[in-house]
This record gives sequence, C-alpha cells and structure tokens, in this order.
Amino acid sequence: MRAGSRRREKVFEPAVDLSYAFAGAPETGWTMAFVRQTIELNGCKLSFARGGSGMPLLYLHGTDGLAEWPALLDTLAQRFEVVAPDHPGFGASELPPSFDDVSDVAYLYLDAVEALGLSGIHVVGQSLGGWIALEMAVRSTARLRSLTLISAAGIHVKGVPKADIFMIDPEEQARLAYADAKLGEAAAERAAAEKYQEVAILNRIASARFGWQPRFFNPRLARWLHRVNVPTHVIWGEGDRIIPPAYADAFHRLIPGSTLTMVPNAGHLPHVERTSAVAEAMQTFLRN
Amino acid sequence: MKVMSFHLMPYADLDLSVKDQYRTVWIVLPNSYYDPDKGHALYNRYLDELELCAELGFDGVCVNEHHQNAYGLMPSPVVMASALARRTRHCRIAILGNAFCLRQHPLTLAEEHAMLDVITGGRLISGFVRGVGSEYFTFGVNPVDSLERHQEAHDLVVRAWTEPGPFAFEGKHYHCEYVNVWPRPFQQPHPPIWCPSMGSIETIEWAAHPDRKYVYLQNYSPVESVARYLDLYRELAQRRYGYEAPSDRIGWCAPLYVAETDAHAVNEAREHIEALFNVFLPKQSELMFFPPGYMSPESLKRALAHKRGHRGGVKIEHLIERGIMICGSPDTVRRRIAECHHRMGFQEFICMLQFGTLPAPLTEKNIRLFASEVMPAVKALTDADYRGFSLPRVAAE
Repeated sequence: MRAGSRRREKVFEPAVDLSYAFAGAPETGWTMAFVRQTIELNGCKLSFARGGSGMPLLYLHGTDGLAEWPALLDTLAQRFEVVAPDHPGFGASELPPSFDDVSDVAYLYLDAVEALGLSGIHVVGQSLGGWIALEMAVRSTARLRSLTLISAAGIHVKGVPKADIFMIDPEEQARLAYADAKLGEAAAERAAAEKYQEVAILNRIASARFGWQPRFFNPRLARWLHRVNVPTHVIWGEGDRIIPPAYADAFHRLIPGSTLTMVPNAGHLPHVERTSAVAEAMQTFLRN
Repeated sequence: MKVMSFHLMPYADLDLSVKDQYRTVWIVLPNSYYDPDKGHALYNRYLDELELCAELGFDGVCVNEHHQNAYGLMPSPVVMASALARRTRHCRIAILGNAFCLRQHPLTLAEEHAMLDVITGGRLISGFVRGVGSEYFTFGVNPVDSLERHQEAHDLVVRAWTEPGPFAFEGKHYHCEYVNVWPRPFQQPHPPIWCPSMGSIETIEWAAHPDRKYVYLQNYSPVESVARYLDLYRELAQRRYGYEAPSDRIGWCAPLYVAETDAHAVNEAREHIEALFNVFLPKQSELMFFPPGYMSPESLKRALAHKRGHRGGVKIEHLIERGIMICGSPDTVRRRIAECHHRMGFQEFICMLQFGTLPAPLTEKNIRLFASEVMPAVKALTDADYRGFSLPRVAAE
C-alpha cells in the first residue's frame, strides 16, 4: 500500500559532517563503495549507507551510531547488499518529534524495507540495534530472512543489571565496552576527541530518547519473542561488561531454535574487537 | 523589598571524608551514611530556624526539593511547608520549587499546594522547577521530555487551579479524564508562581512571557551573572513582549553570613560555606547532572568538555569576591545588598542563612544579627533606590 508512492531517494546531503565515518576504512582494507542516501518516510528523513551486492542485509547500529564505521560492514559488503541506517536522531537522520519509543523505529524500518523494495533480508543488529531488530521481527518477519543479534538490548534479566551508560562519561563507557584494555584505552581517547563530539552528543540524546526508561528494554518484548519465526543467531562477547552474557542465554532460551555463538576475548563490541571471528560465525550461519 | 529566609536542610552531620571515596554526595552516596537520629535532630533544628525567621519578621520562609543526596534533605518540600504552615501566622511560605514534571501525575502536587494555600489562608508561593539533572536518575522520567513535561504539567496545574471542574485535560504526557481539584486554592486566581533557576535563558523567556509574568529567581551565581539574567528578564519583557517588568518580578537568592566584623564573619563561615561548595553541591564535571536531552546539545557539549576533578579548592574569599556569597559585618552586608539593588533593582531578596555544615549556634547568631542589623535597611529599599532599567545601557554592558 505504501511502497512505491512514498519512495523518495536522493543524493545524500549530510546535515552534519560525517566524513570521518569512512575515514578509517582504507587502512582496514575497505574496497566496497558505500554511498549515502536518504529517504523521507513517516515524517522522518532517514539517512543510510548502502554498499556491496548480493542478498540484502540491514545493519542496525548501537548507541554509538556509525561514527566509528565497523570494519565488519566492509567484509559483509563483499557478499551482501548492506544497508546501514543512522537511527532517527543519530548521525544524519532526523528525530521526528512524534517518535518516543523503539517501536516507532521498528515500524519506520519495516516501512523503509518495503519502500526500498527489499525482501528476504538478513537483519543484523548490535546492542540498541539488536533491540530494534527484535521489535521489527515480533511485528512482521514477512520480508525477513534471518536475524543476527550482537550483544542485543531489549529485554531485562532480573538481578542482572546492564551498565548504566548515562551515569558514566563517554570515556568510561568506551573502556567498559572492550575486553582488551588497550583497545578500550584507545577508544576512550577517540571518545574524548573533539571531532566526535557533535555527533556523539546527538547520539547520546537519541539513545536516551529510546532507552532511558526502563533502561534499554521493553518489558513486553520477552513475551512476544515467540513470534520470531526466522532463523536467529545470538552473538555475544564472553567479556561483555555493558550487557552481561546472561542476556545471551536469555535470548537463546526465549527465541525458538536460535543459535548461540559466544566470542572469547571480546566485550560489548565483538564485531569490532574480533571482527574476523564474528564475520566467520555470521557467514557460517547465513550460509546455512 | 521583601526579604525571605531559605533553607536547604543539608545533612550537616555528613562525614566529609566521603568526598575522597565517592565522586559526589548525590545518587551514588549510600544512604547508610544517613543517621536517622541525627536526621531527627537536624530536621527539627532547621524547622526551628525557619520558625525563628518568621518570628523575627522575615516576609517569608522558603523550602525546596531534592532527591537522594546529602545536599538538601527535602524530597517533599510539601511536608516541610505543612510543618511550617501551622507554626507561622503571617509570613509567606515559599516552595522554591517543586518539580511537578517529575511526578507521574502532577495533580498530586496541585492538590497538596492547594491544601497548603487554604490552610495558610493564602500564604503559599508555588515554585515550578524541572529539578536538577540527577533527579531524572531518581524518578526514571526521560530527561529528553523534561522541558515539554515541565510546561505541560504547568498548564495542567494552572488550569486545575483556575478552571471550573470537572474537565478533561488532553496532553501529550498527561491525559486526565477528570480534573476537578478539591480544594481550590485560597489565592485567586492561584498562588503566585515563581521560577527559580541557576541561570537558564529558556526559563527566563518562559517566566517573562505576558501570559505568565512569573517571578524569576536567580540562585547561587556570581553577581555578574545575577545582573545579566535579571536584566535579561526586563529586556525580554520590554523588547520582545512589549511591557515593562515590575521589579517585584525578579529576585536574587544567595548564601549570607553576617557577624560582628568582616574578619569574624569570614572566619566563622569559612569551613561551612566551603563544605557546601566543595562537598555538597552538584559537580559541573558529573554527567549525572547533565542527562542527555535535559539541556540543548550546545549546552551539553560545554558540560561534556568540562574537565573532571574540579573538586575541592573553592575558597570563601573567592565566593565573596565574585559575589556568590554575601559575608561581612552588618555594615558591609547592608552596603553590599544596597549596591546590588541599586544596580539590578530586584524587589525579592532571599538569603540562605544556614549553609553546608554551619552549626546551630552560628546559624542562630546569623539569623538574629541579620534580622536586627541588616533586614530593616534592606526592606526599606524601593524602586526609588534602583538606578532604573535602560535598554541601551544593558546593550552597552
């Protein structure tokens, strides 16, 4: 009903300077061309990076947005057509005043997938993005082929607190996100760097918009997870100090037939810290 | 000029060495540091102090709201205002303020304020605040919604106080099928609404708006900032809203200590005011006071850029020099207030006569000396002593 007619793509004109989003890529062997596009949908100007070819894959970022471009996407773009939006309020996407809940984002993405004419998509979500992916899947899996959750938010396990990223400063958060202390320290320095601040602040505000209360979960989501009827892969860093591994077990238990991969020597960002291990596990899963 | 006495009711018995162990005395300081026996004595002592102010002829006594901290122990200022309601007869009772927007249902506070206003025969001043940033960790209210909820809660409460009920309120954050508050407030159309702030242009714009013309009260600031913000109220009124703001729409609240001589005053107040600024007050470097969305991205950026570790090191000389605190002999204090009044013309002066760890004997001495030696002269200040407001001069300054 709403495909086609609402589809309005145009050349990306960034609202904020995102040049650094791709800055690290050449050194990491980045070869695929990603382009930026925007569509306007449901009153939201949605910006996304798109690159690669193959089956469509929707990558949903975590609370840090795409300011640090995950090398994993370059790897995935060799086999998939990767679409990686900035969530509303993050990076270069607008936050419509009416959006106040993750379900608004989930519906937006279900509509966006339709508007872009994508189907049979693999959805990959990390942290906040994993939560959004689940909110999409419990509503409709009609255009979904699989679900990959990397250290996903969205549920609450009683007695197992997540780190409160709003109580700590971005440097502390960066340190906490990595299992490797050296990587954490380097990330903390980047978090402190001035050039990241404009976007980092927008991302922090948008994270609060969707995740302040209750902190990064929807109390109803766990009882809806039985509706996830596409193959689901739960990937977790064994040393995750933001969302502890107990959440990996909970998702594995709650989602029928899901596959669980625990990544050793990785924290909350296993796809960054152990890119090749995660890429390998993902490709094995996606091949099957 | 009207002179009121403000109390924060800090946990003055706090073991100050906690500052080496905990980054702040807000939210994260375990409440095992609170001793209810000592708390019992403190609450009653503090209420006595405010009652003494009422007896000595202050125009009002003031309380406020903070949560989960050792800085100010009035999570419900309504409780304190109620305790004062029947122990005072003539002075105003000012709640400066209550965070209506932190409540799931702001009508609970609308009802309680109306009760207080009726019990006191119209002596209530109702302060509307958003609460400091850390309160959003206490209540789970989304700081991104803070301003919107604040304004919507205000609209709901004012309508509940002024419009015949029952009616339905259809807001974004509050939806009430039946608004029909019993009792209605004693004062008509409603108790005076004040907007206390540590300096927010949005708050001043909102308070000065012709639909409201609320009293703007500047707290805890260097005197240069006080002047800037109070002038801004008059400037906005004149330039944007086209009316002349009367001087009783602006107020200044500051810690004050008066003693026999300047040297006595500084010596007696020193450790106690320094404890307030170095241990009790929110720290600029702590993100819990700047939750995302609570302020504009630009302001948050400034807060994030602020270096950590600015703890300790505030000296009383610095506070006096910058005009954050008024301290000295009766003559010094009288002159200081008169100078500031000449420059800014506020007609509401609120002094905090107990601060930090200031003990009972010194607090009582401060109250009595201020009431007898300073207050009469301050009360006598009128608009005739104000140099007057001039847009070109404000622009030049």
